[in-house]
Amino acid sequence: MERSPQLNANGELQHLLSIEGLPREILLQILDTAESFVGVTERDIKKVPLLRGKSVFNLFFEPSTRTRTTFEIAAKRLSADVINLNIAVSSQSKGESLLDTVANLSAMHADLFIVRHASSGAPFLIARNVKPHEHVINAGDGRHAHPTQGLLDLFTIRHYKKDFTRLTVAVVGDILHSRVARSLIHGLTTLGTPEVRVIGPQTLLPTGVESLGVRVFHDMREGLKGADVVVMLRLQNERMNGALLPSAQEFFMKYGLTADKLALAKPDAIVMHPGPMNRGVEIDSSVADGPHSVILPQVTFGIAVRMAVMSIVAGN
Amino acid sequence: MRIRIANGRIVDPASGRDAVGDLLLEEGRIAALDGAAAGAAADRVIDAAGLVVAPGLIDLAARLREPGYEYKATLESEMEAAVAGGVTSLACMPDTDPPLDEPGLVDMLRRRAKALARARVYPVGALTVKLEGARLTEMAELTVSGCVAFSQANVAIADTQVLWRALQYAGTFGYPVWLRAEDPWLAKGGVAHDGEVATRLGLAGIPPFAETIALATLLELVRATGTRLHVCRLSCAAAVDLIRAAKKEKLPISCDVGIHYVHLSDIDLGYFDSHCRLEPPLRSQRDRDALSRALADGTIDCAVSDHTPVDEDRKQLPFAEAEPGATGLEVFLPLLLKWGAERKLPLVKSLARATIDAARVLGVGSGRIATGAPGDVIVFDPEAPFRVTPEALKSQGKNSPFLGYELAGRVRATLVAGNVVYEQK
Repeated sequence: MERSPQLNANGELQHLLSIEGLPREILLQILDTAESFVGVTERDIKKVPLLRGKSVFNLFFEPSTRTRTTFEIAAKRLSADVINLNIAVSSQSKGESLLDTVANLSAMHADLFIVRHASSGAPFLIARNVKPHEHVINAGDGRHAHPTQGLLDLFTIRHYKKDFTRLTVAVVGDILHSRVARSLIHGLTTLGTPEVRVIGPQTLLPTGVESLGVRVFHDMREGLKGADVVVMLRLQNERMNGALLPSAQEFFMKYGLTADKLALAKPDAIVMHPGPMNRGVEIDSSVADGPHSVILPQVTFGIAVRMAVMSIVAGN
Repeated sequence: MRIRIANGRIVDPASGRDAVGDLLLEEGRIAALDGAAAGAAADRVIDAAGLVVAPGLIDLAARLREPGYEYKATLESEMEAAVAGGVTSLACMPDTDPPLDEPGLVDMLRRRAKALARARVYPVGALTVKLEGARLTEMAELTVSGCVAFSQANVAIADTQVLWRALQYAGTFGYPVWLRAEDPWLAKGGVAHDGEVATRLGLAGIPPFAETIALATLLELVRATGTRLHVCRLSCAAAVDLIRAAKKEKLPISCDVGIHYVHLSDIDLGYFDSHCRLEPPLRSQRDRDALSRALADGTIDCAVSDHTPVDEDRKQLPFAEAEPGATGLEVFLPLLLKWGAERKLPLVKSLARATIDAARVLGVGSGRIATGAPGDVIVFDPEAPFRVTPEALKSQGKNSPFLGYELAGRVRATLVAGNVVYEQK
């Protein structure tokens, strides 16, 4: 098998494509670097010159507001030039191939590509075909990975809980289609989290999910018992009524996070959600806005984490 | 033209022979062996000292991409690839554009193939019009045009009523039916084996029971109709078990496996290697091992190349969007030899799976070395290295999971109907 395409010959991060396979040291380097950027985002002048003169291309083949915006803010705070491309309405719809699009942008002297694509693995294909000085950051590919989201989740957990090696983390909902869940699970297991649980109906759990190093629960109350961290996943509208689930209401009944269910977790448990939330589907408003929720801090940390990833990758 | 192949190690799986000797070809056939051949005058002598002389390979599944997909491959390029790979007979699948569902198309294909004078081409006709699984093709007409069997290629017949009728109708006239076993609903949207690898990579999975459920249906319909069925491209261990039981029951069935499937598993997808995007999907290592064993013990009758040239643009895509298939004709022999070596089989055993055993399924007289048999013979060096590179492949399809690998086994000469159609320079 080929060497992990995200590491260079010295084992440094050349691209960020997936948390899976990243050594613990690199994960910690990113989290520590992000820590130093949290201060920057709270200053009056929120800029550092680390990426001055570099061009960052936001290449979103799938619609996104939040992730794209946070990448844009992060790049601007690093003093990079940011170019947003709305691919969905441009070249791809005219039949240009993915690699042709990338080659054209590369000819415009890109330094960093931030890629979101509906197909699992698309950023790997791009990373294999860019020039040596160009870097690719995966901003979400199909169901496969969303490593910067995973990292900001890890950052948030570390911020509130300090030590991963004593935690029980429960990830709830649509694991099958979730790149967020996959990235977070790999990160948690790499950092030594002793118990990672996934909670959901069989229809929303991928085959052999245990092989990722998680414990499977179908009963949410059982799965939440003693949890330090509860991560709720977004349920896509198109999956609410069909062969996977009968209705959003029934999903909420079995797997929606309510204050009542949350009471089974540790008293100081934190509640996370990658957003955008479906209130009343996977999470009750009283919990989303309640004292355990760290959903908005997640967004803030997301900028620092993306600054860290971009500066580390571009510096290697 | 009399050609003598001198001093080669003649390996004939049909008779079990493996001994050095001479072979004389005349008027399209094998005219004499050993002593009778050694003394004979010949127009040409091929020195096969240190090389293996064997029946030409018979490949039950190759896509030549004509008509309709000439940008992927042409008959010229693929027939060159066939003989360079030692394939002297091949059955081509009906999934062309338009599909091989009309006698005129089949006639044209056979005429074009004949004019090229390379490998023998045996068209497999479409079982239903446009492969749509609704209306039967004119099987009798298609048989007159030269179709040797009827198939749906990779397109399943969803309607089991139609499937039943198609088997009944074909069975009425003794036409063999070649089908893959895959439930189209269970396979819908899937691009990889439904297991740990697909879960990790976030790829939509196809469960093994998509194959076994469809296979159970097919076997039940064979019990009902008595139609001769060849099951194409087994992919999982559980399907092998079903086949083994059905053969014990003496159902009129045979089956094959793609040569890639006895070597690769879903682990080989690595970081989304689209060259491993195949139909059916590469399954677990346990499935791979079961297929390899079943091919050795004869539960699986034949290995096939499942040659599917795909142009690079259709492979340079995210895994799920990439077109499935691997080029196969030129790696067929090396991969067959590799499999045989791994299972510690003598050459007479490993070559059988792509010669005499395939000839039996196809119902042809080739695939053996015997006086009077068709003069389809290959001369190859089983040890010679073959590095799989785009330049080394004559096929227009450079899409191989083995790109960059060094395999062993090179064809030095290929003869079809007693004529040299390929010689390695």
